Amino acid sequence: MDTLVSKYANSSSAASFDNEEHIGDSLTGWDAANQFAIPAFDIPMVGNPVDFLRAHTDASAENRIRIQHGTTTLAFKFQGGIVVAVDSRASGGSYIASQTVKKVIEINPYLLGTMAGGAADCQYWERELGRRCRLYELRNKERISVAAASKILSNMVYDYKGMGLSMGTMITGWDKTGPQLFYVDSDGTRMRGERFSVGSGSTFAYGVLDSGYDYNLSIPDALELGRRAIYHATHRDAYSGGSVNVFHVKQTGWEFKGNFDVGELHWEYQAQPKGPIV
Amino acid sequence: MDTLFGITGKDFVITAYDSKAVASITLMKIGEDKSRELNPHTLMLFSGEPGDGVHFSEYIERNIKLYGIRNGFELSPRAVSSFARRELADSLRSRKPYSVNLLIAGYDVKTNKPALYWLDHLASLADVPFAAHGYGAYYCLSLLDRYHREDISEEEGIKLMQKCIAELRSRMILNMPDFVAKIVNKDGIRLVQL
Repeated sequence: MDTLVSKYANSSSAASFDNEEHIGDSLTGWDAANQFAIPAFDIPMVGNPVDFLRAHTDASAENRIRIQHGTTTLAFKFQGGIVVAVDSRASGGSYIASQTVKKVIEINPYLLGTMAGGAADCQYWERELGRRCRLYELRNKERISVAAASKILSNMVYDYKGMGLSMGTMITGWDKTGPQLFYVDSDGTRMRGERFSVGSGSTFAYGVLDSGYDYNLSIPDALELGRRAIYHATHRDAYSGGSVNVFHVKQTGWEFKGNFDVGELHWEYQAQPKGPIV
Repeated sequence: MDTLFGITGKDFVITAYDSKAVASITLMKIGEDKSRELNPHTLMLFSGEPGDGVHFSEYIERNIKLYGIRNGFELSPRAVSSFARRELADSLRSRKPYSVNLLIAGYDVKTNKPALYWLDHLASLADVPFAAHGYGAYYCLSLLDRYHREDISEEEGIKLMQKCIAELRSRMILNMPDFVAKIVNKDGIRLVQL
C-alpha cells in the first residue's frame, strides 16, 4: 500500500511546485526563443556516432537502412525572380522507392528549400530551420533575411560535420534586398550564387541550364528552361526521374507552377522541333 | 584544390586566391570570397576542407574584432597569427580538428613593416617573405625564389603575382580562371585588379 501511495504522490501536480526550478520558470515565464539562444545539440547515445551510422547503413549491415540518394535539383536567379525546379524520384541503391517525392520544401510562404542527399536529413533540418525563422520573426517583428536563414541552417549542420549527415540544399526567397539564392550542404559549405544545380543529375541539368540561360529570360521562358533542364537530367541520370516540380519565387512569395510527369514530357519534347542552336 | 599566394614587399603585402568553389567535379561558383578581414590591417586567406575555412576564419575574425573593441587598439599581425595558430593547434588535438591552410597578411602599424605568416592544417606557423598554399605552390615557389626581393614596390609585386598566375595558367591541368588580389599596406586592405 505504501509503495502505491508513494508512486502516485510523486506525479501529483503539487509536487512540481516543490521544485525550485519550476517556480523560477513560472515567475520569469518560459521563452521559446530563448531555448535556442545558445545552440545545444543532441547526438546519439553511443560511443561513436559515425560508427553507429555506418553499422546500420553499410552494404554488409544485417538489417540495412538504405538512405535515399540520387536527385536532380536546380535553382537560378533571373530578371523575374528565381526559378526552382526538381525531380521527384527517391532511390535506395538500385531500387526506386518512390516517384512522387516532394523535393521542394516549403519552409514558409517566402522561403523555399530544395532536397538532395538524405531525404530525412533535408526534411528534418529544413523544418527545424522553419521553426527558427518563425521564432526570429516573432521576436524581431520582421522577416528573416535569406542570408541569415541559410546561415542558421549551415551552422546547425556544421555542428554535426563528420557524423554522417548528407544534404545538399538550395535556400531561396525574396527579402528586403531582393531575390536571394544560397547553396548550403552538410560539409558546412554555404555560398551565395546566381545559378546552382545539386544532386547526381546536376551535371546533366547544368548542361542544359548553362547553355539556355540568360538573365533577361521572360518568366514563361525561365520556367520552361528549369523544367527542361530537369527533364534532360532525368533522361540521362538513372537516379532521377518521376516528375518535375516547378516553383517561381517572386516578391510576394513563392508560387507553385506545376507538376509534370517526365514520361509525358518526353513525348511532348520528342514531337517538338529542336529549334536553332543559339 | 585551392591556391593561395602571398608576397611581401617594401611596405605592403600582396595576396591572391583563386575564386573557384568546387564540389566534386563541378565548378559551383566563380567569385567565392576565400579571405576575411580580421582587423583594418590584417587579412586572412584560407583553403582546405569545405566549410572549415569559412567557419574557422570567421571565428578568428570575430575574436580579433572583439579584442579591438574591448581594448581600443588592434592586435599586431604577429599577435593575430599566434592566436590563430594556438586555436588551430588546440583544435588539432580535439575530436574533430579544423582542416584548413591559412595565410595571414598584415601591416604592422607600430613598426611600419609588412608581415606574412604561413600556417598549415597541422598548425605549423612560419614568418615568410612570400608563401603559397595548394598545388600552385609547386609551380610558383621556385619562381618567387628566383625573382623576389625584400624591397619590391607595389607595381613590381603586382607584376610578380601576375607572373605566378600566368605560370599556373600555362602549366596546371586545372582551369585557373579569375584570381582575386588584395594588397595590405599602411592605409589598410584594398582590392587590386591583376
